[in-house]
Amino acid sequence: MKDFAYLRAGSVDEARQAAAQPAAMLLAGGTTLLDLAKCGISALDTVIDVTHLAGLSAITFDQRGVSIGALAKMSRVADDPGIRQHFPAVSESLTQAASAQLRNMATIGGNLMQRTRCAYFRDPTAFPACNKRAPGSGCAAIGGLTRNHAVLGTSESCIASYPGDLAIALVAFDAEIHLGTRRIPADDFFLLPGKTPEREHPIEPGEMITAVSIPVSLAARQSTYLKVRDRQSYEFAAASAAVGIELAPDGRTIRDIRVALGGIATKPWRARAVEEALKGQALTVDGVERAALKAVEGAIAHGANRYKIDLAPRVVARAILKVGGLA
Amino acid sequence: MTNRTISMQLDINERVHTLALEARVTLLDALRDHLGLTGTKKGCDQGQCGACTVHVDGARVLACLTLAAQAQGRRVTTIEGLAAAGGDLHPVQAAFLEQDAFQCGYCTPGQIMSAVACIREGHAGSDAEIREYMSGNLCRCGAYPHIVAAVRQATEETR
Repeated sequence: MKDFAYLRAGSVDEARQAAAQPAAMLLAGGTTLLDLAKCGISALDTVIDVTHLAGLSAITFDQRGVSIGALAKMSRVADDPGIRQHFPAVSESLTQAASAQLRNMATIGGNLMQRTRCAYFRDPTAFPACNKRAPGSGCAAIGGLTRNHAVLGTSESCIASYPGDLAIALVAFDAEIHLGTRRIPADDFFLLPGKTPEREHPIEPGEMITAVSIPVSLAARQSTYLKVRDRQSYEFAAASAAVGIELAPDGRTIRDIRVALGGIATKPWRARAVEEALKGQALTVDGVERAALKAVEGAIAHGANRYKIDLAPRVVARAILKVGGLA
Repeated sequence: MTNRTISMQLDINERVHTLALEARVTLLDALRDHLGLTGTKKGCDQGQCGACTVHVDGARVLACLTLAAQAQGRRVTTIEGLAAAGGDLHPVQAAFLEQDAFQCGYCTPGQIMSAVACIREGHAGSDAEIREYMSGNLCRCGAYPHIVAAVRQATEETR
């Protein structure tokens, strides 16, 4: 790793001020930042350690929902009884992510700032061309080995997929990301690459995630996170789905449904077309399988990632049928 | 105060060490290169293999993705700190020996540190659960069946 300076922030304000300087980065769990620094990607001059700040790791419930402090570790949120009861998809997305060690290190705020696992992005020596890393330099992934790349939300500049699991559940259940007093809906917190793939979040230097809030809903309470991957554990998603259903008292009419996908798009992908197709309808295997196809409307394959267009609707359908009690 | 070289105190295996280290030095390199505690292994150095697993405040973490500076004020336990003061092996260490849970042995300190935490967390209830919660520790020799057996044995012994 290139040499850098270390600052242990004494307060959120001090952390924010220091983070506003060029080449200064907030350091929480370190699982992304130090990894990328070793890859030669993060241009670090100063790391601002926020892990010792008090009061930013609480998980608090009220009638409207839960607020999770930005410094809460993934492992603690995953095991929290309230999270497991009210937001099973959130808990499951966390337990199926990374490894036990990484979940003990990584924070909720840092999790949302993780970068893509695009192999071209992560290897600047072998692949100088990367619009995300070096704007305007091109994209080595397009025309390359694309098995893990996105089929939705891509642009001519970038096809890197969003790698995380937690954010898929957050987008499905209308979470908000808190930056001090400013709040951003989770769906808006992740930007499409367009012509500026280097810009991944609508936040400014000197802003810091302080909490994530999720409103309670019957759909979130009846939810799951289904992750399909090449290995059984410790692997990124080939395709994943966070799904929640609220059924009417008749037990079969879908009153509310939430669907978001991971592993297939450049950002956490809310599948509103699937939701609209099923809302008010009876829950049936046929109907769910047909509606799930809408999850990949507009998908574009880039060679080896074509399988995701077939896989993703099946993952969505299986997840819906599972929470609906039909699988 | 911003600094590129930091004077720090690290609490390793219940002993406090005073060191002056560059800010970029990881806990792993501090242990191996500055404190002579080479039991903690450097495998991938990128958070993918688990060979560098240590406990910080009792939780298993990766020393290769932790800055030494971040460990100030925390209690660090390495494989060297696991055995009893009299030299008796920790039950997980003994189980790894009895079950022959290694071949080359390079991943073993990380496997053992991870297994100790896995059992303490209550995530060793079945072979399937052991495999899931030990998945962050790779063994290129493929000793997994014996590793699972060792974790199962140690779980039963410490229950």
